[in-house]
Amino acid sequence: MSMKNNWQHRWRKVKSSMVSGLCLTCAAVVIAPLALLLFSLVKKGASSLDLNFFTQLPKAAGEIGGGMANAMVGSLVLLGLAAAVGVPIGVLGGIYLSEFGGRRLSWAVRFAADILNGTPSIVWGIVIWALVVVPITGFSAYAGGLALGFMMIPIVIRTTEEMLAMVPNGYREAAYALGIPRWRIVLHVVLKTASRGVITGILLAGARVIGETAPLLFTALGNNFWSRNLSEPINAMTLQIFNYANSPFPDQNRQAWAGALVLILFALALNVGVRIMTRGSAPHLVK
Amino acid sequence: MTPQPQLPALKITPSAQSEPPPPAPAQAAGKPATFEVRHLNVWFGAHHVLRDISLQIPSKAVTAIIGPSGCGKSTFLRSLNRMHDLVAGSRVEGRITLFGQDLYGKEVDATLVRRRVGMVFQKSNPFPTMTIEENATVGLRLNGVRQRSLLQERMERSLRMAALWDEVKDRLHANAMSLSGGQQQRLCIARALAIEPEVLLMDEPASALDPLATAKIEELILQLKEQFTIVIVTHNMQQAARISDQTAFFYIGELIEFDATGRLFTNPSKKQTEDYVTGRFG
Amino acid sequence: MQRYFDEDLAHFKETLLMMGSYAESALNQALQAIVDRNDKLAEQVQDNDDIMDQYEIDIDDMAINLLSKAPLATDLRLITVAMKISQNLERIGDEATTIARRAMELNAEPQLKNYIDIPRMAAIALTMLKESLDAFVNRKAELARTVIPRDKEVDALNRQVYRELSSFMVEDPSTITRCLHLMTVSKCLERVADHATNIAQEVVYLCEARDIRHEANKP
Repeated sequence: MSMKNNWQHRWRKVKSSMVSGLCLTCAAVVIAPLALLLFSLVKKGASSLDLNFFTQLPKAAGEIGGGMANAMVGSLVLLGLAAAVGVPIGVLGGIYLSEFGGRRLSWAVRFAADILNGTPSIVWGIVIWALVVVPITGFSAYAGGLALGFMMIPIVIRTTEEMLAMVPNGYREAAYALGIPRWRIVLHVVLKTASRGVITGILLAGARVIGETAPLLFTALGNNFWSRNLSEPINAMTLQIFNYANSPFPDQNRQAWAGALVLILFALALNVGVRIMTRGSAPHLVK
Repeated sequence: MTPQPQLPALKITPSAQSEPPPPAPAQAAGKPATFEVRHLNVWFGAHHVLRDISLQIPSKAVTAIIGPSGCGKSTFLRSLNRMHDLVAGSRVEGRITLFGQDLYGKEVDATLVRRRVGMVFQKSNPFPTMTIEENATVGLRLNGVRQRSLLQERMERSLRMAALWDEVKDRLHANAMSLSGGQQQRLCIARALAIEPEVLLMDEPASALDPLATAKIEELILQLKEQFTIVIVTHNMQQAARISDQTAFFYIGELIEFDATGRLFTNPSKKQTEDYVTGRFG
Repeated sequence: MQRYFDEDLAHFKETLLMMGSYAESALNQALQAIVDRNDKLAEQVQDNDDIMDQYEIDIDDMAINLLSKAPLATDLRLITVAMKISQNLERIGDEATTIARRAMELNAEPQLKNYIDIPRMAAIALTMLKESLDAFVNRKAELARTVIPRDKEVDALNRQVYRELSSFMVEDPSTITRCLHLMTVSKCLERVADHATNIAQEVVYLCEARDIRHEANKP
């Protein structure tokens, strides 16, 4: 077989270049929408980002100015409430599936989690409205947090289970061989080893629910003022953007763009933070 | 050459069957046995992995278990510290006593057994989120010991016993994974020794290490046997010949021969042992 | 399962057996040189001594190489026993050479007497050597054990030769040189029997892993 550069080699090189070019085009097609999105948001919304935007309450309809301060705080509050519900249940559920699961019950739990994962977010909104808003709290932060929390649970269960399962069994065996009781092994060895991954899963679930609108429509409702306590309706970024985008007033539309930009930057920051945290480990979790 | 000691006379017990004591090498008679194994059978599901194993493991000596892959040596080792309890579908029958106490008795807590019978594994597994210091004391801390002075003392003692102290004393707060493979394995040995077990089980502890690290581990074992009973599974016969006092040869789940190491490796009584030891099969 | 090591081991055994044959034939030839008063044979034996020495070196060399592969059990005993046997064979070769030299000295003078005892000693010694080597080849501990007591016969014959030759020397001083040569020959044969006994003891160790040396000294 000759090693000289003949026409077969040149044709192979041409083919290779063609395919590379095709792949590059596909990659560009994938990135383009994101670039378009960011570009539009920045173009339409960046100019509205001033100190007022971050510190003032929304003004009455028709008035110029105002901000989304309460929406931002509200989103964070709702996220906190959601985490209070979603994290304990999700993590403990994940621990159960990974470390303790009997065959039948594990199957049932996983099945339920998968179904819940696929539940449309508006369905959550309606269900919580019927079960919590109407009989108990009325429109409130509690209800909103609960809806978002239930949405977090299936994600956190699955990611926790996966990350715990990735802990090599050798560590468990070594801990057992030291005569350490089981619950301590799960807590101080397994969970500790997987802690980075578990936290990552929680952050990703948080990033997902903070961008939800539908469940909040019937639970948190929204608020033009500061909420005095958690049993009152509360504002959220997504709700505010929804309302302002639909509004006939251009000033509010402008603010909606700004709000969308802030939201996407927050989600981006969370994702980047996750990537930094998981440098080298669990790359498959970051979708 | 010292004269051979006399074997103990058969004791006829009034209850049930009077069975002869399990085979013990002549040289070990006179030393108390750490483990007495009688008719041990182990199943994994329907698979009969160990068949009717009976032997005595003498104290403060090194007993090596050799045999081809799949002969049940690791299974035997793990039945000595009840690790099979953690495997679904496993069944253990027979009797194993540790200094006279039945290991598998109904009231016996497996966790307490494992505090007396420590284990070191083939692949070194120091806990990756913990420092060297934390790894060395984890067995104590996670069993409720809080006193700092005690932890400090045990840590230094076990790291010295594992011949690791001098190498790590200046960086006890470094992560355990920053050590080399041989050092990690010695850390695992220190971790096991810190809870002051009476027995140390070692499952091919040096098979993943380079020759220099292996030699260090072997030297360590020879030092440790003055204080601990050691049972080591190895696929390296020369290693067994170098460091053990008696050797058991397993084949397809059965104990073929159990004798003083010198005798087993220079003049085995069973042809199967001879064939295995000279490399003619397995 | 045949291994490369087995080939090396077989070659090693072959070499030892060839050395054994050389030792046997050297001894035979040396005796013939005495009995037949043949100078040419005597010279041949002396020339062949180098071969025996080289064999010993080669065998030790091969043994070290085989040992570096850390053999165990029978293989280990075989190699260490073979090293000892080669040492004994080399000494037998030296004895044969000594006998041959004495033969040439004796041939320079008229024959002293009919040789009876010396050939008898030689016959026993040669049989002992042959049988211990057979026992080695065929791993027959029983055969090796039968060799060992015959050493006493050779010792007895040696003492007899000494007594006879001593009285010769006293009666007729002109026979002294020839008697001394013959006594040396007898001593050599006695030593050959000792070496053959050693070989037999090594063979017993090889077969049974039992060390039966020096048992006569034990109470």
